[in-house]
Amino acid sequence: MARFRSPSFWLLMAFMLGIILWPIVTRSPYAREQAFVLFMYLALASSLNIILGYTGYVSFGHIVFFGIGGYTGFYLIHRYNWHMIPAAIVGGIVAALMAFLLGSAILRLRGAYFAIATIGINEAVKALVRNLPFLGGSTGMYFDFKVYEPYGGPGNALWLSYYCLAFLLLIILLVSYIVRSSKFGLGLMSIREDEDAATILGIDSARYKTWAFTLSAFFPGIVGAIFFFKNGNIEPGDAFRLFLSIESIVIIMLGGFGTVLGPVVGAIVYERLRGLLLVNPLLKNLHLAMSGVALLIIVLFISVGIVGFLRQRFPVLRRYLI
Amino acid sequence: MGVFFASLVDGLMLGFVYGLAAMGLSLIWGVMHVINLAHGPFIALGMFSVYYLGVKAGLTPYGALIFALFFGLLAGIVTYFVAVHRVLDAPHLTTLLATFSVNLMIIGLGTVIFTTTPRAIDIKLPSVSLGAVSIPATRFVAAFFALLSAAGLYLFLYGTKLGKSVRAVAMNRAAAELMGINTVQVLAFSFGLGTMLAMIAGGLIATLFPFTILSGSVYELKSFVICVLGGLGNPAGALVGGIILGLLEGGTSAFIPVSWVPVIEFALLVLILLVKPKGLLGG
Repeated sequence: MARFRSPSFWLLMAFMLGIILWPIVTRSPYAREQAFVLFMYLALASSLNIILGYTGYVSFGHIVFFGIGGYTGFYLIHRYNWHMIPAAIVGGIVAALMAFLLGSAILRLRGAYFAIATIGINEAVKALVRNLPFLGGSTGMYFDFKVYEPYGGPGNALWLSYYCLAFLLLIILLVSYIVRSSKFGLGLMSIREDEDAATILGIDSARYKTWAFTLSAFFPGIVGAIFFFKNGNIEPGDAFRLFLSIESIVIIMLGGFGTVLGPVVGAIVYERLRGLLLVNPLLKNLHLAMSGVALLIIVLFISVGIVGFLRQRFPVLRRYLI
Repeated sequence: MGVFFASLVDGLMLGFVYGLAAMGLSLIWGVMHVINLAHGPFIALGMFSVYYLGVKAGLTPYGALIFALFFGLLAGIVTYFVAVHRVLDAPHLTTLLATFSVNLMIIGLGTVIFTTTPRAIDIKLPSVSLGAVSIPATRFVAAFFALLSAAGLYLFLYGTKLGKSVRAVAMNRAAAELMGINTVQVLAFSFGLGTMLAMIAGGLIATLFPFTILSGSVYELKSFVICVLGGLGNPAGALVGGIILGLLEGGTSAFIPVSWVPVIEFALLVLILLVKPKGLLGG
């Protein structure tokens, strides 16, 4: 396994481990909440990066898989008293299964048509869930406080959610790295650069795309289940919020499209900026408009992202900035 | 039966207005292959310009439409130069995000300025009775204005020099440039035109339903469905798509709860994209 000799990857893992351990060492709930938000953004962006960054398919409504996983996990915990961990894994599997079935159909569409189809799927699922009484309809579902008792109370359940998300994040980064440095990843990137040429060169693009889509839906499903377990309630508006999808895209764009490090850098910068905007009383009301301005600046002037810019500017760094 | 017929007529009237909104989206896609994700907020701005100019400034709602028209054209041209021009030939993701950033700015400023309290425009017009059911006359007036605007757009596109250059740029930008057309001006103007249609449609919707600054997104998503029905980039198809969607909404609302309508609409969107991505009218 020559690929695991890359020092950059181990540095990244060590860095992430440092961030993960910080709230555990200080036992500070505040640091934990901050890290949780960061990890959620990072996990969503890094998974989306597989289909969007590596393969070049703009899954605009990708948050649908977060919602599907969230609802599946929540339902299993709520109705059948499952433990959170198996419920979250099943949430991920259901999301991945949905992606597999949908993907074999909609991945035939290219460019903007694919983007619109994913928005349509997100809206269709959201509208459908609003009409299903067993999922709580448009008001959603709530946990009883008793749900958290097997975990040793709500406080411990919050810590458990944090550990699970942190562990999942490490796995996501590992998968993202393996995919990028594998033959499968090279196939995906060749589809991104020129799908017709890739097909002619013998890449089974339909199969590659479907697996990339499935993989990039699996992790958001688990993240959704963990998030809504911690949240204690779930409703269609929160689970299928298109804005969160776009935030993940912004993180990828900000950090660098199609790189392992990109989403990490993007998520850290984005989370800091968002914190600044939300804390400042003057900017708080305007934070939506300000994120619009920030997004426009990124799109217009640094469309390759921070990591991409460094790679272009300093070719020496290409070996290290994976 | 009477109820079914009345809701079909009602749906048809709404369909013209939806179709007008979708025409704006379709026109912009047809000319420059950009999906305008700021379409919804522009529809909402149309609603508010009719509300403030028509009701607060006393121009009457229908009179305010004229101002919404110019305001829309101007807003579109500004948006084109600020957000779209530089990334016109970039991948779709870039233009999607660029127009979405405009969406965020308008919604962000709009929620601060207008808040999210629902507004409504009260127009005193008699109802038209159709058998057992009566339909407010505002529906018919709105449909009439929508048709008038659509006809105006066609006269413009086929009858004037500028309109012809818009069509030329849509067909082949490089060739149009070689024929001496200033494509940058035409592109900016087309974006303005698309935004203008969104604003007029928004203004007309405001005379029918209560609204907030966030209401536009509902009609933006409907516009997607309509454009896909009628074929993206084909404004006439958009009008037909709007009528189909309106009839569908009116027809189904007699049999199933209204909350199921969006499920059907979006399922239809995905289905048509898969089966006939060029739209029902496309080849």
